Amino acid sequence: MTIRLSLASVALGLLLGLLGASAKISTSAPLRGVGGFYTSVVRGVPETLWVLMAYYGTTSMMNWLGSHFGNPYLTLSPFAAGTIALGLCFGAYATEVFRGALLSLSPGQREAGLALGMSRLRIFWRITLPQLWRVALPGLGNLYLIMLKDTALVSLISLEEVMRKAQVAANATKEPFTFYFMAALIYLGLTVIIMGALHWFEYRANRGYTRTEL
Amino acid sequence: MTWAERWEMIVRWAPMLWDGTLVTLQLVGIAVVVGLFFAIPLGLGRASRHWYIRALPYSYIFFFRGTPLLLQLFLVYYGLSQFQVVRDSALWPYLREPYWCALITMTLHTAAYIAEILRGAIQAVPPGEVEAARALGMSRRQALWHIILPRAVRIGMPAYGNEVILMLKASAVVYTVTLLDIMGVVRTLNARTYQYEMFFLIAGLIYLVITLVFTQLFKLVERWLKVDASRNR
Repeated sequence: MTIRLSLASVALGLLLGLLGASAKISTSAPLRGVGGFYTSVVRGVPETLWVLMAYYGTTSMMNWLGSHFGNPYLTLSPFAAGTIALGLCFGAYATEVFRGALLSLSPGQREAGLALGMSRLRIFWRITLPQLWRVALPGLGNLYLIMLKDTALVSLISLEEVMRKAQVAANATKEPFTFYFMAALIYLGLTVIIMGALHWFEYRANRGYTRTEL
Repeated sequence: MTWAERWEMIVRWAPMLWDGTLVTLQLVGIAVVVGLFFAIPLGLGRASRHWYIRALPYSYIFFFRGTPLLLQLFLVYYGLSQFQVVRDSALWPYLREPYWCALITMTLHTAAYIAEILRGAIQAVPPGEVEAARALGMSRRQALWHIILPRAVRIGMPAYGNEVILMLKASAVVYTVTLLDIMGVVRTLNARTYQYEMFFLIAGLIYLVITLVFTQLFKLVERWLKVDASRNR
């Protein structure tokens, strides 16, 4: 469940991050404002608060929304709330990573695309995105590792992930240390696996490039 | 609920929210300062040339950076009571208290992160400067105190500022062990008044304001330490 939650949040976060970065470097001032507001507000408030807010803070809104569809008891499930909260936070940090990566691409590439008569979307898809991926990967990898640990916060809204399971087992057996320590080992194991995977991704993305070495 | 009622409610609970803010600030303040002192030997050890000195700080940092703070907090608060030895020890009156548990966990947690910042900073000190110090006849220890550390502090300062803000946000989990920090007060008020959105919003604003103040403070400290001037190599 921890893995599923983290993957769902990353998917949402990457989308928000790309949108946020495009907004932040856009030429329109209101869009830049929205992007700046998003990153500074989300990054200035604890993840814990976002998780609780996404779960408890949306009940009345969801009930109101549900009443229009004939279901006045509509609420977000812990999984949905957790994904939204963690995705929101991941997106805010990813915005900065993508922005840095976008700025590192030379504008000549985009202009070359334009000169070849490609549409904006096509330029983004065929020219910008493949290069963006390579530059942004190390930053995004770090963010993913941080977010993996934030998934433990979703146990506070009773989603049955690693932390919550450990809590239940600890209460049932009266051996809290044993089970919390096992949970810690699971997180460490996941971290090691993800670090390995990221290393491989970076290796793949960097084929054909020489690395700056000191 | 009308705006007047809302306002009245905020005014009524404002002192409690203020107390919560003080608890949060106190926990974060103590943790990042004490954590810095723990981090110095850890960071120095981590940057050592000898693998047997590196190993212990490395595993400490790996454990504390690789697991969630919430889990570490539960490990200390609930986990330690599993052992009779701990319950019989002289430290038990402290380890039984949520406040001390939170403080200990946060300090150990942030020490690992600060140690890693310090290691990065030490390794970013230009080797030529260290060699120059040695060539002038400074001993290893003198070079460390007069050249490497003052330089590393300036290189690591912006990252340390970030860590303080990250700790501020991470500290929101201590409400789970019944502490009345900002989040704890908000959860209490949620239960007492059945108002969720409003108090979450207020908590968010409080955290935002603290973040802003901290950012500005660190800018002042950086100016005072002349971080910018020592950066162009």
